[in-house]
Amino acid sequence: MVQHLTRKLLSGMALPGIALAAMLGIAAVPVQASAATLHMAWSQDATGLDPHKQTAFSSLRLLELIYEPLVRVDASLQIVPAIATSWQFSPDGKELTFKLDPKAKFQNGATVTSADVKASFERILDEKTGAAARANFLSIASIDTPDPATVVFHLSQPDVPILTAMSDVNAAIVPASEIAAGSVGTKAIGSGPFKLDKWDPNAKEVLSANKDWAGGATGVDGIEISVLPDETAILAAMRTKQIDFALLNDPLVATLVPKEASLQLNRVPVLAYHVLQLNPSRKPMTELKVRQAISCAIDRQEVLDTASLGEGKVTGPLTIPSLATDPSQLFCYKRDVEKAKQLMSEAGYADGFSATVIGATGEPPTAAAEAQVIQSQLAEIGVKLDIKMMELNVYVDAWLKGDFDMAIALNGGRADPYTMYNRYWTKAGNLQKVANYIDDTLDSQMQQGRAETDPAKRKAIFADFEKHLAEVSPWIWLYTSYSYTAQQKNVSGFVPTPTGTLFSLSKVTIQ
Amino acid sequence: MTYLLRRLAVFPLVLIGVSIVVFVAIRMVPGDAITAMLGTEAGLLTPAQREALAAYFGIDQPWFVQYGRWLAGLLHGNLGISSTYGKPVLDVILERFPLTLELALLSMIIALVVGVPAGVFAATHNEKFSDLGVRVAAMIGQSTPNFVLALLIIYTLSAGFGVLPAMGEFSPLWQDPLRNLGQLILPAITLGFAFAASVTRVSRSAMLDVLSDDYVRTARSKGVSARGVIWRHALPNALIPVVTLSGIEFGYLLGGAVIVEQIYALPGLGRLVLDAILQRDYALVQGCVLFIAFNFMIVNLLVDLTYVALDPRIRLGEQ
Repeated sequence: MVQHLTRKLLSGMALPGIALAAMLGIAAVPVQASAATLHMAWSQDATGLDPHKQTAFSSLRLLELIYEPLVRVDASLQIVPAIATSWQFSPDGKELTFKLDPKAKFQNGATVTSADVKASFERILDEKTGAAARANFLSIASIDTPDPATVVFHLSQPDVPILTAMSDVNAAIVPASEIAAGSVGTKAIGSGPFKLDKWDPNAKEVLSANKDWAGGATGVDGIEISVLPDETAILAAMRTKQIDFALLNDPLVATLVPKEASLQLNRVPVLAYHVLQLNPSRKPMTELKVRQAISCAIDRQEVLDTASLGEGKVTGPLTIPSLATDPSQLFCYKRDVEKAKQLMSEAGYADGFSATVIGATGEPPTAAAEAQVIQSQLAEIGVKLDIKMMELNVYVDAWLKGDFDMAIALNGGRADPYTMYNRYWTKAGNLQKVANYIDDTLDSQMQQGRAETDPAKRKAIFADFEKHLAEVSPWIWLYTSYSYTAQQKNVSGFVPTPTGTLFSLSKVTIQ
Repeated sequence: MTYLLRRLAVFPLVLIGVSIVVFVAIRMVPGDAITAMLGTEAGLLTPAQREALAAYFGIDQPWFVQYGRWLAGLLHGNLGISSTYGKPVLDVILERFPLTLELALLSMIIALVVGVPAGVFAATHNEKFSDLGVRVAAMIGQSTPNFVLALLIIYTLSAGFGVLPAMGEFSPLWQDPLRNLGQLILPAITLGFAFAASVTRVSRSAMLDVLSDDYVRTARSKGVSARGVIWRHALPNALIPVVTLSGIEFGYLLGGAVIVEQIYALPGLGRLVLDAILQRDYALVQGCVLFIAFNFMIVNLLVDLTYVALDPRIRLGEQ
């Protein structure tokens, strides 16, 4: 009855809709996307144009359309050509040679040469640049450019993961002339599929197709990206066909997309992981049994179901599909409150303890809900959690100082486990201060994984690493969520990937 | 005239006070432009890299040196360069301000056009059913959060009618007035809704007070028509609290309506300040707050001057 009435009401609204459109002026009439321009929306804008300095998710997504690294990873996380057409490690793993695509051209018309590659990596390695990705390239001892189309990286030690690190837009190749002029970041000149024509921060980006792109013709003539801070408004704008394609963060909004007949939701599990970081330098998390008790007391599936509407899947430390172990094989991934209580009692904390858990407001949108579910689960073993939600920058500041008992975090993943975790779980890791835990086993497993070139042996090394990490429980890995994009059904050719890249927009077409 | 000059002379003192408070407050908040740009990846920087970036963002000196540098710039009419926009702060603010001003004006027009007649109507129908209706409507208007109303409007229009003002790219009034109005009318209604409700309540109670005054009774006894008594004799006096309320609300709106600007994706001053704070764009935060404080003082001054126009008995600046 109610449905019938709603239908009747809505059908009666068609005519008033036209009148309303007229009342609201021309602007109210749905803007018909021209076939050649893709109208896109996202809620958070890029924060800058320097590919070597930007690490924000939306900055990377924009810059991947403008700049190119030497190689890329595809949807199955395999390394594929970008500016380089081929690459080769020397037998001792200490020399990496790239052959560049002779067709690759910067958007200023100049051909991409080995000199540009050398200048780009020297810029990344220069401390004055402030490139966060520098940490991934410290094994580069020198760079040779025997001819304009060949680059040889000489490494101080065998470094297999460096190739994956080079697939990141943070290792993009920029023109040597722009580096010399100091204009990287003010002018966006890359060799990618699109040129940036206009950027109005926090409002709009206008991109046009790069006709000289070595990857061939793009599917659309350009992309206009609007920043619509509220994702409900993005969905509304898609309903009225103002927007063809959108990036969504909030699972609550994403799950509404399939209810719209003209829209399609793309979702793919990503490499980033939701985690409860314990601080093993603070009592009583210094005790292995306390950390293990927390791991046993947490029902990860319930956290996922409640905080994220079940949108994702429970994960262990490794989120790379080809390397990840089945979580059910890891320590205490099946909730066991009795075992947790037993461990607490053995550690001398039978009556529990109090601790504070920090989280960033809205980053991820599920942070507060995750903290609340964990709070109620840990209450069962006597752990009283005080939840402290803070603005993102305040959180990042506390996080970087390791100034927390526990932290709810969404940490980024990488296509290689070494690049993903060397910052935390090696003795020289830059973020040891945040992780506050290291043992000889973890460190040696990471070093072995870094040097091993045989894929099967690497897989075995990292499987042991994952098993050990879950067992010593410095952190409690929870789940990986999905990356969401929504599109009109007349848009085709987009391939979602676990890295979240929007690079395949280069081949998207609008019917 | 002396009053006006005295008021204007206070402006620089207030602005310097505001600037010091903002300057210190924003720097006391943990996190800086580097963590805002790099997030947790900032942890991968070496001390030398961090120093290079701090010098780039101009945050490598103690706060009082930074303040002195900024103040010296201000005296030359330079509010600094926004690190987000790579442009002078004043240029960025002036790009956003027309939208905020227009939105504030539109909201106020809606509030006054709806609120004052509704308040007068309720006062003249005191304790009748129609008065009750107006009071209930005003109560609903005041207690509905504007984000609820905004989302409700957007949802109803897009899901029910399949229309929505163009979002994402804002058209200034002088470029395309019709499109501009189409983009601003819904946010103005959203903001004007609660504003109108406040105006209704204030004008109703002020009108009730005035209607029981002796001079109104005198006017009635002299045979002035009911309409004449209300609109010519009572209303001007009843408007004084309405002017006060409108002035304060208008002043707030000139500081930007953050939530409404977020939902309707309008590039106004509110969103500019919010983004500047989130991205720790210190120069922009300082410039915006100073600009907003200046506007607020101007609006307050105009409100005081309006009192004189409405009630000649008020003499500004006299003891």
